Amino acid sequence: MGERAGMMEHPAIWFQGSACSGCAVSVLNGVAPTVRDLIVDQLAPGHHVNLRFQPTIMAASGEVALEVLAAAEEAKEGYLLVVEGALPTAAGGLFGRAARPRTAKKGAHTTMHERALELARNASAIVALGTCAAYGGMHAAEPNPSGCVSISEALREAGIEKPVINVPGCPPHPDWFTGTVAQALLFGLPGPEDLDAAGRPKRFFGRLLHDLCPRRGEFEAHKFAKAAGEPGCLYELGCKGPWTHADCPERQFNGGVNWCVGAGSPCHGCVEPFFPDISCPIYRKIGLQELPRIARDEESGELVAVRRPEQVEEG
Amino acid sequence: MAGKQTISVDPITRIEGHLKVEVVTDGGEIKEARCSGQLFRGFELMLLNRDPRDATLLSQRVCGVCPVVHATASALCLDAAFGVDGSIPHNARVMRNLILGANFLQSHILHFYHLAALDFVDVAAGADYEGADDRLNSLRDFIKRGELAPFMPRYEGDYRLSKEANQQAASHYVQALEARRTAHEMLSVFGGKMPHQVGIVVGGCTETPTADKIAAFLSRLEVLRRFIGEVYLPDVLTVAESYGDYFEIGTGVRRWLSYGGIELETEETGLLKRHRFFPSGRIAADLKLGPVDASKINEHVLHSWYDDTTTRRHPAESETVPAPEKEAGYSWIKAPRYEGEPYEVGPLARTLVAYVSGDAAVKSDVEGVLSQFNAGPEALFSVLGRHAARALEARRLAKAMADWTMELRPGEPVCEWREPPESGSGMGLTEAPRGSLGHWAEIREQKLTRYQLVVPTTWNASPQDDEGKPGPIEQALIGTRVRDPENPFEVVRIVRSFDPCLACSVHMLTPRGREVARCRVL
Repeated sequence: MGERAGMMEHPAIWFQGSACSGCAVSVLNGVAPTVRDLIVDQLAPGHHVNLRFQPTIMAASGEVALEVLAAAEEAKEGYLLVVEGALPTAAGGLFGRAARPRTAKKGAHTTMHERALELARNASAIVALGTCAAYGGMHAAEPNPSGCVSISEALREAGIEKPVINVPGCPPHPDWFTGTVAQALLFGLPGPEDLDAAGRPKRFFGRLLHDLCPRRGEFEAHKFAKAAGEPGCLYELGCKGPWTHADCPERQFNGGVNWCVGAGSPCHGCVEPFFPDISCPIYRKIGLQELPRIARDEESGELVAVRRPEQVEEG
Repeated sequence: MAGKQTISVDPITRIEGHLKVEVVTDGGEIKEARCSGQLFRGFELMLLNRDPRDATLLSQRVCGVCPVVHATASALCLDAAFGVDGSIPHNARVMRNLILGANFLQSHILHFYHLAALDFVDVAAGADYEGADDRLNSLRDFIKRGELAPFMPRYEGDYRLSKEANQQAASHYVQALEARRTAHEMLSVFGGKMPHQVGIVVGGCTETPTADKIAAFLSRLEVLRRFIGEVYLPDVLTVAESYGDYFEIGTGVRRWLSYGGIELETEETGLLKRHRFFPSGRIAADLKLGPVDASKINEHVLHSWYDDTTTRRHPAESETVPAPEKEAGYSWIKAPRYEGEPYEVGPLARTLVAYVSGDAAVKSDVEGVLSQFNAGPEALFSVLGRHAARALEARRLAKAMADWTMELRPGEPVCEWREPPESGSGMGLTEAPRGSLGHWAEIREQKLTRYQLVVPTTWNASPQDDEGKPGPIEQALIGTRVRDPENPFEVVRIVRSFDPCLACSVHMLTPRGREVARCRVL
């Protein structure tokens, strides 16, 4: 962190593991702040995120890009590490290869898993962006062929302690990311009271989607859509709103144009640990008596689903 | 520059995914090229044993840049497997096209400005801007503060636009961020959200068209049509004027393939025969048009990190056993071949197929650009040819989308909603922004027992096949002179002209769940 011409510069590194780039693309969709605010102007008054390494948009390629990353990594002031994607661990990590500069003492060849841990060691804090980085997500879906793990799990196994803020979503809403970063820049890292059991900011993930849903009245009145395209609550079409923690109904996606339920599609629960397995079959009605509860095992520190949803047909 | 030299570009940034390209030059000319996909995920395996309807949503997670086309291919494939391919409601066909079309526009704009342009445009020219353009004033202040990431550092030494042209392009870079966001907003009118839209399902769509939604869509489409016509296309031509040698660089395999895509009104259900906005066809070196027969595709793995016994299989019968330390392997991408030959896919391939098929709008577009540069058709087979084909395609598509939007019929059905069948199989062939995409599925006991994808970048970024024939990007690199090995502009400009999407291209294909165990052992 340093000040330049009245602007606090906050260095950041954006690392992509086993990902689809959807999180990065979603961040490009931000309306307030915009991606221009994020990269060029200021994310919050007087605070600029200095995005030194971001593979989807950065100008540098190859060795030049790797040297930028190595220099950013060694900077004394530390940096915010944004992790997008999960980390493959099967086959010694070879399912996800990565590179260091050719002059690196440890050699040029490495894996995403190893490189992410190296970058985490010097980071001042980590934002696990998207459900894959936060919990494994789609890339760790059964049978998880590449052995993908979340950044938190990789850190725990490596014995590295760093503050990690989970900003899940498949993709995450751009506001969830910029809002979380703005919070850190303006008021410091969130304390334990600001995060839920799954490590998410309560500001965005503190309430059930079902409680915020504009179709809640139709749920109470038992007006259910029975097929795609029908009006009514989407509970019978498999909506996961009753156990999904996100403010999508209030915030809506793409500048407030629409959101899943708004378009007649049941919520998939994409912000939850164990997504997508916990949500499948997506169009099958969930049993309300069998809602899963996500908790943190006090001994191992791992997230566990206390009860998985028995997605049985009812009635 | 005498003697052999190896230049490795790892990572190729400003693409989707993890790609490494290595070239060997002799006397400055590329003699060998290797395109290497660096990530293996096993997507098809993760779809097995699920409710088939989940595939239209989950297969999108293959790629966050163009998820829609996976939902599209998956829906086409499963429509057939569910037996509803002949009864997709009119509204659903139109909305699917609008959702997919919106993402084409987003993807093409993103590709030119945010992925490719920094190889041609010097944003540092904004440092001493004096004027009223808010975007450039903002950029100037940014440069003055002296922290130039992510625009610096970069390769240096070959930025050829004038200061004014650079400044204008830099301003358009920022404007294009707004344009591509608008395309996603437009998409979510019918798709719910983006990336990973939710509107396309087996049997149709979930959203219902109403007059206000039609107006919300069209209003944004008009903004994009103006942007494409008045900014995007002229910027491509401005770059072409200063980098004319790139009409000769990056030719490639001189074979082009398009499955065809975007469903127009038709009685025919055969995907390769029916009336589509992008026609189906295949062009070989003689520039004659041939039909596409999906049974003639197979995948080679001698130079991929998969077991050699699984080579040369048709995608529908493919089996993949990862071999991450195989000596002859250098990529996680397989090498698909049509009758044993590599084919280029993407906007250039679609344009050439449509041109040779006699499409009047395409002919007029192509001839307009060629005459402006006083060039023959050969100039199309190049880095700039690909950029121009992409921009012209965006303009034609945006125009057609305006007409399609007006075909929506509020109040009429949007979906033929069905529970999964006991058994069935299907094939979904369509066109993604980056080229031809195929999904294949098989259902038993209402669950997916097989799911496979062959995606555009698997064609374009494929490694050598079993005969040692390099893939399209590799061949486009071979023969090119690299002026400065420390700043290999030629390499990255050629690679990015194909708009590679690596997330899409690396998959595990297996018909049997038991392969999982072998993966874990490895």
